[in-house]
Parts: sequence; C-alpha cells; structure tokens
Amino acid sequence: MKISVIITLKKDVLDPQGKVIHQTLDGMGFDDVYEVRQGKYFEIDTKETDNNKAKAKVEEMCKKLLANLVIENYKIIDPK
Amino acid sequence: MKSSVITFPGSNCDRDMDVALKKFGFKNKMVWHADAELPKSDLVVLPGGFSYGDYLRCGSMASKSKIMQSVINFANSGGMVMGICNGFQILVETGLVPGVLLRNKYLEFICKNVFVKINDKKNKYFKNVDNEVLEFHIAHNEGNYFCTNDQLKEIEDNNQIAINYCDENGKIEDQFNPNGSTKNIAGIFNKEKNVLGMMPHPERMIDASLSGEDGSLFFKNLINNLK
Repeated sequence: MKISVIITLKKDVLDPQGKVIHQTLDGMGFDDVYEVRQGKYFEIDTKETDNNKAKAKVEEMCKKLLANLVIENYKIIDPK
Repeated sequence: MKSSVITFPGSNCDRDMDVALKKFGFKNKMVWHADAELPKSDLVVLPGGFSYGDYLRCGSMASKSKIMQSVINFANSGGMVMGICNGFQILVETGLVPGVLLRNKYLEFICKNVFVKINDKKNKYFKNVDNEVLEFHIAHNEGNYFCTNDQLKEIEDNNQIAINYCDENGKIEDQFNPNGSTKNIAGIFNKEKNVLGMMPHPERMIDASLSGEDGSLFFKNLINNLK
C-alpha cells in the first residue's frame, strides 16, 4: 500500500527558499502571486495492507523522523 | 580527562576536533556512529560536517544512529556533551537542546570569523573564561536558530543561551547576526547546562599562525573545569 505524506513549514516559520521562488516567479511575469511556501512530499510503500494501521504507522514515522514538529506540519494523504 | 568524538558518515571536522582536544590534554577516542557503546568519557563531542549529506533535515539521520542512544543516556545522566555546527544540528534533532536550525536567512553558505559574547558563565563550558567576547569561525548553510515563543521564554527564563553573535566589543545587534538566528543565538544549553550546542567552531581557532587563539582559551578552560 502506498501512502503519501506532505510536510509543510508552519505558518510563522521563515521560508527563505519559498521567498526566492516567489521573487523569481515574479521576475518571470507571474506577478499575481501572494506567497510561495516550499514543502516536502514522500511516498511510502508499506507491506501493511490495512489502511488504518498503515496510516497509524506513517503517522508515527512523521512524528519520529519525517517532520520536525517544532517547525513543520505533516498531512497524510489517504491511499486510493 | 577522557573525551570521545563521534564520527558519522559525512562528518568532516572530527579529526580537527581530535587534534584540538589532544592539544589541550584530553585523551581522545574516535567513536564510529554504528557502535552501541560509548567509551568511558568526561566529554562527548558531536563534530561538524555534513552527516548523511544533510538529507531530510540537517542532523536528522545522525540523531537516530546507533551510538546516539548511548549519547542521549550519557547526557541525561549529567554527562558533558558538546555539539559543534552539524553536531548542534544533531543535538536539536535529538531534542537534547530546544529549537531547530533553519536555512540561513539570506540563503548563502557563510564561512567567516565571527565574534560571540558569552551569555552565561555558570556552567562547565565557560566558567572562568576571562574574556567576555570570543572570536570563533563559522561555516554553515543551516545555522539560523529558531524556536517557538514558548521555548524562547523557557530558554530565557532558565538562562540557557550560551553565546550570541556580536561585534568585537560585545554589542549584540541585528547587523552582527550572520544568519538570521532568533536573538542572535549562536549556542544554547540544555536546562542542566551539561549539553552545549553551538554553530561556531572553537577547534578552528587553536593556532595563532593559522587562525587565532580564542579556541585555545576555550579548550584550556574546559579541561580545567572538568578536572
């Protein structure tokens, strides 16, 4: 079963890379952008076949390694 | 005094640290990250470098390596643990010291000498250092110290800030902040002050003919404080 996770920076955390991407987009003519925030995306292919169990495991992975909860939020995307 | 320097895949200041520790009288051992047992030590150092290629977040992989459980136990039982640069990043990832180190504010790798002001001397790292200001070297891409407001309050209430970026006279201002760190923080302690994480490299300042001597001051003082 493949489970996806999106990790984003929390609202108040400075994202200098997002800022530079925003500036570059602006310079390319995409001048109607309010803000860009950069994040991370993971696809985790697990042996677990039970949807809820798999999600619980991935949540544990997020808390223990994938995200740093001081600065990041994680969102687990339901497997299709 | 016995010390241990942990080498992770991608550490590159481990041997510099070994040279520095031995120069000032430590009997140092190099310890591989995959070992489980920590040799008997009065000081454990997590050196600078790019452990695991800075994958995921700097220090995140190294913080889960086998030896780190022993280092965490050692720290929790009052053992002296010092993390320099990438070692500091590893320490924040273990949770031994609060906060995180973000990408530098202006997105550039910074490699230069800086001045830091010692904020607290009631600890074994800086007790009896005569100077208020030390000149150290920094070389990092992710040294922008950040913590939540609650954490900052706790850090300040417990006087956990070890050193702040400043000018040569000890003035702590925004213009002397190289990387955007909250409150110009360059290094912090855990609550008990036996664990120190800092971005600057004292081990690069131990030879007058190469760099400077403020690292020598630091290490000479440190070994005396541990005796």
